[in-house]
Amino acid sequence: MYDLIVIGGGPAGLAAACAAWEGGLRSILIVERDKELGGILNQCIHNGFGLHHFKDELTGPEYAGRFVKLLGETGVEVRLDTMVLEVTGQRQVHMVGKSTGYRVDEAQSIVLAMGCRERTRGAIAIPGSRPAGVFTAGAAQRYVNMEGWMPGKRVVILGSGDIGLIMARRMTLEGAKVLACVEVMPYSGGLNRNIVQCLHDYDIPLYLSHTVTDIRGKDRVEQVVVSEVDASRNPVPGTEMVFDCDTLLLSVGLIPENELTRQAGIAIDRRTNGAVVYENMETSLPGVFACGNVCHVHDLVDFVTAESQKAGAAAAACVLGGAASAGEAVLEVKNGDGVTYTVPQRIRPQRVDKLCGLFFRVNRVCRDSEILVTSGDAQIARFKREHLAPGEMERIDLPRALLDRAEGELTVSIREVEQ
Amino acid sequence: MYDVLIIGCGITGAAAAFELSRYQLKVGILERENDVALGTTKANSAILHAGYDPEPGTLMARLNVRGVALAKELCQKLDVPYHNCGSLVLAFSEEERPALEELYRRGNENGVPGLALLTGDEARALEPNLSGEVVAALHAPSAAICSPWEYCLALAETAVRNGVELHLNTAVTGLERTVGGWTVRTGSGEFQSRFVINAAGVDAAIVHDMAAPHAFDIRPSRGQYYLLDKSEGKRVGRVIFQCPSKVGKGVLVAPTVHGNLIVGPNAEPSEGHDAATTGDGLRFVRETALRSVPSVNFRESIRNFAGVRAATGKEDFIIGEAAPGFVDLAGICSPGLSAAPAIGEYAVELLAKAGLALEKKDRFVCERRRTRFKELSPQERAALVEKEPAFGRVICRCETVTEGEILEALAGPIPPCSVDGVKRRVNAGMGRCQGGFCGPRVVDILARELHKSPGEIVQDQAGSWLLDRETKTPPEGGMSHV
Repeated sequence: MYDLIVIGGGPAGLAAACAAWEGGLRSILIVERDKELGGILNQCIHNGFGLHHFKDELTGPEYAGRFVKLLGETGVEVRLDTMVLEVTGQRQVHMVGKSTGYRVDEAQSIVLAMGCRERTRGAIAIPGSRPAGVFTAGAAQRYVNMEGWMPGKRVVILGSGDIGLIMARRMTLEGAKVLACVEVMPYSGGLNRNIVQCLHDYDIPLYLSHTVTDIRGKDRVEQVVVSEVDASRNPVPGTEMVFDCDTLLLSVGLIPENELTRQAGIAIDRRTNGAVVYENMETSLPGVFACGNVCHVHDLVDFVTAESQKAGAAAAACVLGGAASAGEAVLEVKNGDGVTYTVPQRIRPQRVDKLCGLFFRVNRVCRDSEILVTSGDAQIARFKREHLAPGEMERIDLPRALLDRAEGELTVSIREVEQ
Repeated sequence: MYDVLIIGCGITGAAAAFELSRYQLKVGILERENDVALGTTKANSAILHAGYDPEPGTLMARLNVRGVALAKELCQKLDVPYHNCGSLVLAFSEEERPALEELYRRGNENGVPGLALLTGDEARALEPNLSGEVVAALHAPSAAICSPWEYCLALAETAVRNGVELHLNTAVTGLERTVGGWTVRTGSGEFQSRFVINAAGVDAAIVHDMAAPHAFDIRPSRGQYYLLDKSEGKRVGRVIFQCPSKVGKGVLVAPTVHGNLIVGPNAEPSEGHDAATTGDGLRFVRETALRSVPSVNFRESIRNFAGVRAATGKEDFIIGEAAPGFVDLAGICSPGLSAAPAIGEYAVELLAKAGLALEKKDRFVCERRRTRFKELSPQERAALVEKEPAFGRVICRCETVTEGEILEALAGPIPPCSVDGVKRRVNAGMGRCQGGFCGPRVVDILARELHKSPGEIVQDQAGSWLLDRETKTPPEGGMSHV
């Protein structure tokens, strides 16, 4: 019986395991399906990681490397090349690996840190023929950065999420011609710095309010048709542009990887597609925590780290502190106007030490706005922001004293201030 | 000199090969593509129809009912995923009731077992997610679902194990009558055979015209589909049809043997093999299906595809000896998958009538098993990994497919040469991430095992290249874009 089993050895799992060790646990296992730790960071060879956490600009592998080094100074056990197949409600973890064999281990606590997967062509139902040459941006990134192979020569990118933008630059640097980046929304889904550094710097046009309406080619992509969309995102006839290309990369969203979570019977939030979590990242199954992109899709790895440290520390406290008191008051956090989700979704005020961090995303670009936190008719808190965008995760910190004034629920909403 | 050459290795050609492999004959299959099942067989509704649709007395009616009856045991022996789930045809108004009654009458005349007319409430008791609009339904308990490409593979693999020679990448370009048989010209040389079977699917008319006077046209009919995530897989437990129209059996909603939900098809004329989907076609499929099962959640889509059916405008299959020793198995549109094993039997019958002597083999293999890691118990998994560690390496996380299963397929009678070839054999890449995770890993394994460069591995058919060149090697024309 382990104190803690961490599922996934990417940035979330690494930070959670380190924090749990610091929190006093001594029997910790990380299970990682790949042959090395680091997760998706290993294929993110561009820089820009760690500005918040390490106050240093690192590449993905460097960021992971720092945590692997920290982990090496602990006694955390790591099992590589091992896939977890099932987590039961009794915290038994079924896993299989070439050298691991098939085994079942039990733990007093579990941290779910499986990350996310990419949305595919099928998920957004792009019409057209079905040739080779349509890749998710992350799969293309793996081919280029890990396998050392270029997946195409002339490229169109659908979606302006960060991976798409990064791949526009990456493919260009490796000698491919990136013809366009196409975004169905009227704004980019990625970080502003990536628009500038990955598109503008290489004269790659960004077509906002456009989408791919046809893919042509028998064996391999030959053409992609791009059309403008109206306000309800329907293609406008007569606006078609045809690009001669052999590759279409998709950066059309990430989905938390929660098959194990669902199997275990843990409550899932339809807004995040991740587990519903409390203020300490605990899920609806006591002793099981979730953090990082399996919980909600983050914009920066630094925030994954911070959230996962919280989860790891909470797992330690859970194991060492024993069972929680029953009948605690719980605040349900709800979306108000302009907000698409919040994490955590539930707050137990008496478990908040001084401040409770609350992450959320907005559903439109807003300037000069106020973030309002209300409970019933009462306003609990108000924060000012000059700029809010869906591509950027937003964070507010709610003091314990204010939470104590709320009853039953909290609503987070955006109000644009009249000029 | 072959006794029989079969042109085309879709489900029809494979079924004919399987039946012929029972006898002491030299049999060959000529397949244009790099794998079997690459035409209509891989892109259809995956339904084994009970047999109430075809006009009584037609070949289609007889072979459909017989085929479905044979499929049950055949799929079990050949380890083909099969589920006898039954089907319902819905009527949404009193005006449609006579159509249901007509199907009921036809079905009984065709010998379909167990047919029953239900009220709307009885139908909803079986399928709670059916629309409240449903006023009556025809229940056919003998309808089933299966994995069409694995069905074809299983028949072809078993035929190969029984001595049939499969020639892939061999496109037929001409046929010539010779003394005592036929010369078949292909892109890879000439073949001689006493008898020829035309199982060329959408191109069957072209092949027919090489051997006999023009007799029919294939007017390809395209059908578009949605495949939904397993989270929608239990939306219905049976195949849900609407009343059929002139152009086909209409849009169905059905579970798949892999646990997903399939929705489609529409029916529209198509240019040759064009299996593209369209915005309008997919919208029609969505809107029509919601009439049967209003709660289907299309946001759970994981894939769209289209299949092209070999329609001829005739309401029957075109099966017969078109020239001496040349047998057409043509116009095999729906219910071709259902009828396949019966078509195979019938083809053998026709060849026998045409003079082919049939003598049974002493030893005929009629079983096939493959490892399905996902379906094993924890104890079985532990024992398997202990014995063969490659079964411990999960390659496809969505479908829990292991490297061991891929290696097993590569050692099989018809080894895969493409990423989709692996998918059709072991399900890697069929899940919700659609190969995003396992794709590069499968390429890696194929390159290693086939002693090829990753750049030579294709997605599916020849020409469907995946990787252009290694990084750090300059592209043609230099690094002009940097």
